[in-house]
Amino acid sequence: MKNNNLLHLEKVSKAYQVDSFAVKVLNHVSLEIKKNEFIAIVGPSGSGKSTLMNLMGLLDTPTSGKILLEGKDVSRLDESKLAEIRNRKIGFVFQTFNLIPRTSALANVELPLIYAGVPDEERKKRSLEMLIEMGLEKRVEHFPNQLSGGEQQRVAIARALINRPSLILADEPTGNLDSKTGAQILEIFHKLNKEGNTIVLITHDLEIAKTAKRIVKIYDGQIV
Amino acid sequence: MMGKLFETLRLALVTLKANKMRSSLTMLGVIIGVMSVILLVSIGSGLKTYITGQLEGLGSNLLMVMPGEFDVNSGSGAMQGAGMMASKLTVNQARELRQGSAIKAVMAYTENNATITYKGKSRITQAAGVSYEYPEIRNQYPVYGSFFTASQEAAAKKVVALGYTVADKLFGQEDPTGKKVTISDNKFTVIGVLEKKGALGGSDMDNQIFIPATTALSTFEMENVMAFWVQAKDKDQVELAKKQTEEILLKTLKDDEFSVVDTKSLLSMVTQILGTLTLALAGIAAISLIVGGIGIMNIMLVSVTERTKEIGLRKAIGATRKIIMTQFLIESIVLSAGGGIIGILLGTGFSMIINQFFPAAVTAWSVLLAFFVSVIIGITFGVLPAARAARLNPIQALRYE
Repeated sequence: MKNNNLLHLEKVSKAYQVDSFAVKVLNHVSLEIKKNEFIAIVGPSGSGKSTLMNLMGLLDTPTSGKILLEGKDVSRLDESKLAEIRNRKIGFVFQTFNLIPRTSALANVELPLIYAGVPDEERKKRSLEMLIEMGLEKRVEHFPNQLSGGEQQRVAIARALINRPSLILADEPTGNLDSKTGAQILEIFHKLNKEGNTIVLITHDLEIAKTAKRIVKIYDGQIV
Repeated sequence: MMGKLFETLRLALVTLKANKMRSSLTMLGVIIGVMSVILLVSIGSGLKTYITGQLEGLGSNLLMVMPGEFDVNSGSGAMQGAGMMASKLTVNQARELRQGSAIKAVMAYTENNATITYKGKSRITQAAGVSYEYPEIRNQYPVYGSFFTASQEAAAKKVVALGYTVADKLFGQEDPTGKKVTISDNKFTVIGVLEKKGALGGSDMDNQIFIPATTALSTFEMENVMAFWVQAKDKDQVELAKKQTEEILLKTLKDDEFSVVDTKSLLSMVTQILGTLTLALAGIAAISLIVGGIGIMNIMLVSVTERTKEIGLRKAIGATRKIIMTQFLIESIVLSAGGGIIGILLGTGFSMIINQFFPAAVTAWSVLLAFFVSVIIGITFGVLPAARAARLNPIQALRYE
């Protein structure tokens, strides 16, 4: 087994049942992601890139094929096992930030640690450190609706990083931001990559994709 | 595990606090339900304690003779015959009963509302026609003067012993013994004042006057007394006294014209009737608890729909079905148990206020029951919304707008 292999997709297909038809969204996709890579996955809407991201994020399981995370087959695990792996190995960053409303920035960052069973004191300390690292030391007790879009996304990145995941999955992370703020967020991902993090960026914007080290294009359910 | 549960509890409180208006309106259903259960049970059991206290005060070696048929064991219909029927009990029969070897004392009893007047001051009171054994049977003796004697009773003398309140209101500091009073247009001589019995529940036991049963019949133009109280020589002779009472009365009365009841069976009957009544009332109140539960379920379902995206996010970052389930279940339990606690406090408060006018006593079992029922309602009506939240597919939930 290759030691620096992080995520390995082997002839992965995903089909959905629509009425009595099986609609194939992904067709025999094979992909390898190594540690400390920065990959952009690009494709138009309907190309299957969301489905690919859901599979890589272990939010879903493939209809056929295999997914290995750090050498371990995760394609046939049950829901609660997958939730546990997501909690420890994957950090999600979404286009719409998805912070929990009426909950402080600190509490939002803490959330994955709660599910991981980290004790209260350590949780607070680590979350605070992470927010400071994101330059949000003055926004710790603010609610999401009191933060700007860029600040919200930085809270979301802090939340994604808090459990020191093996893989950061960012789904159109700059899609809801103006170009200047978007560039700043993108800069954070590059910095994180330099620090050793593996990043998968899903986008339809080729300009953004070009900043990644590797571009994977997907079209009609296949990598082209 | 405990730490996680505490964390979930804190989270539930934060969420509910964020929707204060909605949370309190939802709780209102349970609050009203629990409050009515506590209140009705406390009135029921207060009444029971009051009546049993009254009956137990009579002493266990006491029998009552009432007009008509009276079946203690037939339940709620039992009172129908008794009292409704015109009484055929006479003072003479009471005299005959004293011959029974197991019988210590017999008291004929009748009562009527009367106005008692002294020097222009008058008071509406209850005039009880009793026998000279009254002080002994009721264990209530004169504090001033004396009670009337057997010969005064036999001669139907117009003498009266006053209850403490009556004496106090009409005479104040003055000694009433030997004074003349007017009772329903008849002149009576006050011979004594009875010791205080106090107020039981709402009624003042000392707002009564006592005259010989014989005198009462002539004064109020009645032929028969309402009941006899028969005292057995001791506890072991109650059964024998009952038998003798029946034998003696059958000489002058038909079988269905009187009934002899001992206080023990009277007590069990009253207890049974009031118990059933309390349960029925509590049952009706419990329906509003169920309605409250449905309110909780409704709001929880709305809340799950509203927070679909939040649930999706929580699942994505590692919350299992069990965690989501627990989170929503605890929210609904906090709502219903919180409502339960407020309802218990309100119910207890109101029954304390009611107790000033009417016997009401909060019982521990009704408080415990109300609390556990409200928790169970929270679980029962929370399961469906919580399961719906737990089953949400994270991908679809995250995409939900």
